[in-house]
Amino acid sequence: MKKHYRWILMTPLVAFAALLGRHQAARADEVSQEDLQRWQAQFMSTVEVGRVLWTDGKLGTNGVTCAQCHPNATDTHPETYPKFQKQLGRVVLLWEMINWCLRNPLEGKALAPDDRGMIALQAYMTYERRGVPLDPGKH
Amino acid sequence: MLATVLPVTLVELAFAKGEENFSFAVISDAHIQNVRSGEFVRSWDRGLIRAVAETNLLNPAPDFVVFGGDLAHLGTKAELDHGAQILAALHPKMRFVMGECDYYLDLGEYWSSLFGPAWYSFDHKGVHFVVLNSILTDEQWTHGPWGSDELRMHEMALLDSAHASPFMVGEEQRAWLAADLKGIPRSVPVVVFSHSPLQKIYRGWNFWTEDAEQIQELLKPFDKVDVIYGHVHQIQYNQIGNISFHSVVATAWPLPYPQSYTQAQTYLPKLTVPMNRADPFFERDGTGWQLVNLATGRADIYYNLYNNAPRNVAFNPATGRPEDTTYQAPETRIAPQQHY
Repeated sequence: MKKHYRWILMTPLVAFAALLGRHQAARADEVSQEDLQRWQAQFMSTVEVGRVLWTDGKLGTNGVTCAQCHPNATDTHPETYPKFQKQLGRVVLLWEMINWCLRNPLEGKALAPDDRGMIALQAYMTYERRGVPLDPGKH
Repeated sequence: MLATVLPVTLVELAFAKGEENFSFAVISDAHIQNVRSGEFVRSWDRGLIRAVAETNLLNPAPDFVVFGGDLAHLGTKAELDHGAQILAALHPKMRFVMGECDYYLDLGEYWSSLFGPAWYSFDHKGVHFVVLNSILTDEQWTHGPWGSDELRMHEMALLDSAHASPFMVGEEQRAWLAADLKGIPRSVPVVVFSHSPLQKIYRGWNFWTEDAEQIQELLKPFDKVDVIYGHVHQIQYNQIGNISFHSVVATAWPLPYPQSYTQAQTYLPKLTVPMNRADPFFERDGTGWQLVNLATGRADIYYNLYNNAPRNVAFNPATGRPEDTTYQAPETRIAPQQHY
């Protein structure tokens, strides 16, 4: 029993040694073109998921889409958050306004701030607003 | 209550007899949206119901009411029937304009069975009215490999779809329009209704009609021409040559001004003083309906905005263009009119 337990403990070490052997050159400060392309592709695929959520009418319960009022995510102003949202009476982040929309015009349920869908929605909105300077607090 | 806030136009009358003055109302873009059997999106319903109720309160009553298109959101029988039922409560006679959201499911078949032809003209108290179907597009797109009518409808209903196609009036209607206008004296005021603007503002959202210039050319010989359009869910106005352009607002929801999309080039007419940025916490903000006064032979538009101060855009004979009667001068503009 005791012997078996020790073997389990050692397993990650063995695996780590094997990994070192295979990727001896990997260093924290090195970024290849391949890495950049892969990360960009990861980002863009999240943007695309966001666009689907934005347009397919399945986020809420009444079929209303975000795109009906916000084509190309316009009038969402991601560059202005955090800001004092006068209607809520406090400083909020963008996801809190998204949840307001989900609950009200879309008659649906709020998403957790770290929900993958919530992240994809913000990736899409921010991507459509790329190039606009950050302006936190702007109304 | 309503009658007391409506504008009185203090200008010389264009018509020989004062009693021939008249007004009409425009209600547009209701986007009645079916959720499931027998259930419709509550907010859009409320916008249309309110327009009907308020229009019925007008005193004097408008001579007729024009519905500017997009009664339905996805062109279904359920949506068109439900919208028609709400509109049936209106007292004045109705005239209908075809919108893309009424059309692209069955290519206008059910809509036409309810409301008749999609392009026609009529004369009323010395004014020649023309209704065009401006939301057609090329045959190849319309009859493309969609797989289903619903998919085609969804692509056109999605304003910012990359797979949609530019709107156009088309050759058949242009030939009809040329023939229709042929016998009309040039001094007769002409008012044209279309769903999309017969001018080019932003193609990406079909704030656009592909053959706009060709239509403008046909309207050029007339002294007084007004084009009144829906689709854009916001206040726009412009003057091109002899033609005044006016948009109408939606009863359903407002749309952002196209310059808010920073990834594209857009052409909002410089003349337009935008409406206020809408506050989503007021469900009806940025929506409403219009009363149009033709006392001068030019359309003066009174925008009755449900959750905001009304706007009035009237033809200014001194400058020869439509102007906002309160906010046209740059120093009179207010912060909520800034869109970004």
